[in-house]
Amino acid sequence: MDSYAIPESTPRRSASSRLKDHFIGATPLQKRLESVRKLTSFVPPSPQRKIPQCSQLQEDVDPQKVAFLLHKQWTLYSLTPLYKFSYTNLKEYSKFLSAFIVAEKQKGLAVEVGEDLNIKVIFSTLLGMKGTQRDPDAFLVQILSKSQLPSENREGKVLWTGWFCCIFGDSLLETVSEDFTCLPLFLANGAETNTALIGTWFQKTFDCHFSPLAINAFNLSWMAAMWTACKMDHYVATTEFLWSVPCSPQSLDISYAIHPEDAKALWDSVHKAPGEVTQEEVDLFMDCLCSHFHRHFKIHLSATRLVRVSTSVASAHTNGKIKILCHKYLIGVLAYLTELAIFQIE
Amino acid sequence: MSARKRVKSSQTPRTSQHSNSYQTNLLAWKLKEDLSNSRSTSKHGQNSPVEDSEQADADEQAEDALQIAVRYFEKGPFKTSRSKDKTLEKHLKTVESVAWKNGLAPEEIDILLNVALSGKFGSAVNSRLLRCMIPATLISEDSVVKAVSWLCVGKCCGSTKVLFYRWLVAMFDFIDHKEKINLLYGFFFASLQDDALCPYVCHFLYLLTKKENVKPFRVRKLLDLQAKMGRQPYLHALLSLYKFFDPTLISVSLPVKKIYFKNSENLWKTALVAVRQRNQEPSPEPLKLMLGPATVRPRKRKWNSHSLIPVLNSSSHSKEYGKKGMRLSDYLSRNRAFSGEQLKSFPQLLQNIHCLELPSQMGAVLNNSLLLHYINCVRDESLLLRLYHWLSQTLQEECIWYQVNNYECEKEFTNFLDTIIKAECFLQEGFDSCEAFLYKSLPLWDGFCCRSQFLQLVSWFPFSSFSEVKPFIFDRLAQLFFTSTIYFKCSVLENLKELLQNWLLWLSMDIHLKTVTDSSLYRNNLTAAKKNELILKKKSEFIFSSKTYQEYNHYLTAMVGCLWTSKPFQKGSYFDPEVFKMIGVAKYKTSLNLVHHPALLSYAISFLLKEYPEERTVNVSSIRGKKWNEYLDYLFSEGLQGLKLFIRSSIRHSSVP
Repeated sequence: MDSYAIPESTPRRSASSRLKDHFIGATPLQKRLESVRKLTSFVPPSPQRKIPQCSQLQEDVDPQKVAFLLHKQWTLYSLTPLYKFSYTNLKEYSKFLSAFIVAEKQKGLAVEVGEDLNIKVIFSTLLGMKGTQRDPDAFLVQILSKSQLPSENREGKVLWTGWFCCIFGDSLLETVSEDFTCLPLFLANGAETNTALIGTWFQKTFDCHFSPLAINAFNLSWMAAMWTACKMDHYVATTEFLWSVPCSPQSLDISYAIHPEDAKALWDSVHKAPGEVTQEEVDLFMDCLCSHFHRHFKIHLSATRLVRVSTSVASAHTNGKIKILCHKYLIGVLAYLTELAIFQIE
Repeated sequence: MSARKRVKSSQTPRTSQHSNSYQTNLLAWKLKEDLSNSRSTSKHGQNSPVEDSEQADADEQAEDALQIAVRYFEKGPFKTSRSKDKTLEKHLKTVESVAWKNGLAPEEIDILLNVALSGKFGSAVNSRLLRCMIPATLISEDSVVKAVSWLCVGKCCGSTKVLFYRWLVAMFDFIDHKEKINLLYGFFFASLQDDALCPYVCHFLYLLTKKENVKPFRVRKLLDLQAKMGRQPYLHALLSLYKFFDPTLISVSLPVKKIYFKNSENLWKTALVAVRQRNQEPSPEPLKLMLGPATVRPRKRKWNSHSLIPVLNSSSHSKEYGKKGMRLSDYLSRNRAFSGEQLKSFPQLLQNIHCLELPSQMGAVLNNSLLLHYINCVRDESLLLRLYHWLSQTLQEECIWYQVNNYECEKEFTNFLDTIIKAECFLQEGFDSCEAFLYKSLPLWDGFCCRSQFLQLVSWFPFSSFSEVKPFIFDRLAQLFFTSTIYFKCSVLENLKELLQNWLLWLSMDIHLKTVTDSSLYRNNLTAAKKNELILKKKSEFIFSSKTYQEYNHYLTAMVGCLWTSKPFQKGSYFDPEVFKMIGVAKYKTSLNLVHHPALLSYAISFLLKEYPEERTVNVSSIRGKKWNEYLDYLFSEGLQGLKLFIRSSIRHSSVP
């Protein structure tokens, strides 16, 4: 069913079994941690991935419903598993979180839980945003301002949005018991103060931990290759790369834009095995781009740092900000991001 | 007032042999005199120490004087006014001096408290009485209840009421029981309406409130009060306490600075210190809501959290959710739950271990040794997984050599590592998250940042076989070792020695669960430790007594007896061979040897099937002599390296033809 295969290995190898597990008293946790624990290896292996295609599950997703997820800049965080989170209590979570936010914003003034406040927090499930059936349901949190005037009935405007999801998170799901809900990818849009409040509440309530998810140049180049490889009916944006050169007094940014069809053509020439993307292909793709640049401008881009990649599918910045432009490959993009998030947790 | 001050300055607490243990004090002698001569007597008294016998008389006389004074107050004021003031003053002074010197007995407090609040005497007298209402040992709950009943009558003036509440707050810990007082909660709560009393009543309620007292209507009342009076620190404190007990009713941000109540204790402060000393109690700690530290963080923390290690907070929303219909069992268990914050001593932990409410963020256990005890013995997987995730993420985020601009936070990270190491020392075991952190961070470490803490983390590395750990930890350490100062070299050696000690200690605790493989490791480590001792020429704290070696040899003999010579359970072993006869196993002697052992039987059969396929029946007892040696080779080839090592090192056998 899922045409998107889980990548075979991440750049770490599993630890050899430890003596402790042979003892009669080895706890299930130790056995589980064994699968989680990975050692740094000195030789990076070559991962292979499938090109993101439409997953069958996504047919269930109503494009209208997910339209609000597109064309928005999301800040990424990785999230450790939530303890004793329940999808049946979403209404209560809304109540408590609203009271919490209002109480924190007006320092020192207590707020009764459940009373009418000037903001409202809504929890809702996002159906269909998952890779396999095993993945937990994604859910969305929104802060809305509520108008106090009785004459206006409609909901106020959305002040902040955040959503939690897990796409193909099998490697993490295997390591936790039923008390935990694994939603390792968190995306937030809105004021940083609100993100802080929501995050603090979740951390206190479900004993989880948010970490900003940074994307390094290695992963950015993978994204560039994978997204360029995606078949598109029409292109909505140029393919653009941004490199940063640290120099004084101000860093130098080099922006390199290519026509998306040219990029696709380049990729097709590099790409060999159908349905798979290998490290060599990615490296070759980037080398071609860099050498082309060098031919014209005599600048070695490999000596600089890739900080941003932008294609018609999505764009990503190294500081963990992304924007998804195409709903057809939404799951594919999220799957890769989930993988990065899980990598950061483990 | 002046007499009292002199009392304080000349106090030399010395326990006497008398049963009522009056402190040696000159004023006992002083009270013998008529109070009209009080000034001259006091000057006299300070000069020379008093004999015990004289002091005994003095004490008795003081006691009598006190009784007279108390009777006087009880009876109430006389109608005649001429001598009234002088007698009143005399008796007041008596009471005050005894109170400040030794404290008043519960019965005396009972009477005097009622006198003070009943308004029989003027407010000046009431004030003086309350100010000297210092207990000798404790205060009876009934006295307080009676006193409170006087408040309803309205006989005493406002300032007396204020003083009474301040007195309640200061003396709270000395009231013997508080159940009846708690039943009067509603009355105290209603007193909040009085603006003058409000701060003090808040403070008193802060001490008195239990979870059962927190009700929605009270929450609403407090919020109305807050709306009326604004952001008052005492209201904020009480609201925070209500939130602590029931976060589903109310939400309030925690106060940034320490909770601020007007200090009610200072009127009685020195006397209280003396009372506590008398009762040999440690200074009590009031229930503190966990607040952030007072010091300002050098850098802005992520999401404005106060500290790296989460604050201990047991009351969590997640427990309250979904409790639409509470079952009886829920109700009972909820009422009996003992929260982590209340945990103050080890006996308390033992009594309440079955109903302990754990913190909502497991990271908080790092700062609490009692909770560390708990997670150590109750090996709950969820708890450990929560702690694992929090600790590994925090270490990863805070590690200062991962990111260039993190170097300013070295002090903070060092303190954090210190806390972790303290916890590991306490548990005598390393954390799994630290192991993962070491694997990831050691390649990036410069050998300089947080050196002592980092190397200590290495010494708590969990037990593993040397070959696994070598490439990732020891090789990297070796690289740093060879290129560093002599001080670094010594630190590394020191910590590796501690690592070895920890491993040995860990093994010696687990000795009954040993497998063969492990025992050879034990042997290796023992001999290595011995060599290590010689090399370092240092007297190790961990002295291997001959008893340890004896024990080791005993186990060795037992194992060889089981596996090899088919002579298990010689004298001195734990099992009585009769047991086997009882359960019907006749041939127990060979039942645990290399061939017949349940774990190895399958190997024996495979060996026979492989090497002697022509034989019709598979008879494992036929493995002896030449076949035994072949069988041994087969076992070694199947990967039982530990067994090989054990046999080669512990058993010398001549090949039997």
